Amino acid sequence: MEMETQTAFTPWASLGGGVLIGLSAVIVMGLFGRIAGIAGITQGALGGVVPLRGAPKDRDWRWAFLLGLLAAPVVIMAAGGTVTQTVPQNLFAMAIAGLLVGTGTALGSGCTSGHGVCGLARLSGRSLVAVATFMAAGFVTVFLLRHVLGGV
Amino acid sequence: MRILWGFLSGLVFGLGLVISGMADPAKVLNFLDLAGSWDPSLAFVMGGATLTAFIGYRLVWRRQAPVLDQTFDIPTNRSIDRPLMTGAALFGIGWGIGGFCPGPAWTALPLLAPGTLIFLPALLVGMWIGAKVKALGLLDAKGAAT
Repeated sequence: MEMETQTAFTPWASLGGGVLIGLSAVIVMGLFGRIAGIAGITQGALGGVVPLRGAPKDRDWRWAFLLGLLAAPVVIMAAGGTVTQTVPQNLFAMAIAGLLVGTGTALGSGCTSGHGVCGLARLSGRSLVAVATFMAAGFVTVFLLRHVLGGV
Repeated sequence: MRILWGFLSGLVFGLGLVISGMADPAKVLNFLDLAGSWDPSLAFVMGGATLTAFIGYRLVWRRQAPVLDQTFDIPTNRSIDRPLMTGAALFGIGWGIGGFCPGPAWTALPLLAPGTLIFLPALLVGMWIGAKVKALGLLDAKGAAT
């Protein structure tokens, strides 16, 4: 949106990080027999706090998984690494973005990990359609915000 | 045991998100900016993750059951319906605005950026709304062939 921070092309770090994400998905399938979709994991955990129809009932590992996600940047910083992150500062836009991502992933039954990584790895046609749709929507949205509306 | 492994798998996932750059909204937004400051790195994240899961899934599915649970619970819904398409489109728009999808929003939380502290609660509210809309069948009612 308002920020256009330049980022370096990092094929090797990205590939390596991607392999870790895939590895985690395999561990979750091998141990719990479940799809490692963060939207679904979040919904399962959320279902323990508020009534949520259709939320997964196996909440124990889901809560622990979320704690693991939270621990990751802390571990990297404790090991002397740096966590690079530039979050958009328009808070109104971030609220809208959060609502859209939450509603969309609940309605569409998945996000970048559930439909993206896990769904594509299962060769699911439904997931392929979902991925193509959210990628296209993402490309169009950024194009409109940056190049048509000119968010500098 | 389930708690420990749940935590460890989340940690590995989170390390992957941070190391790959996926946890940085600036990188995500640049990936989505084909006409501007395009950064193709995230294609490598998706490629590496999907290929690893593709191979790994086939290895673990040789077992009768997962190690710490009774059955493999794999989605059986194959229909490409209105909730799927609408949901994916809304998600993509939100992703393009904020540069966050659910996983990176969680790993961003300990860094306490104001944008994250707004995004994450909104995400949870959105999930509640989405589940409601789905449960009430609001999108099926418009005569969509299920």
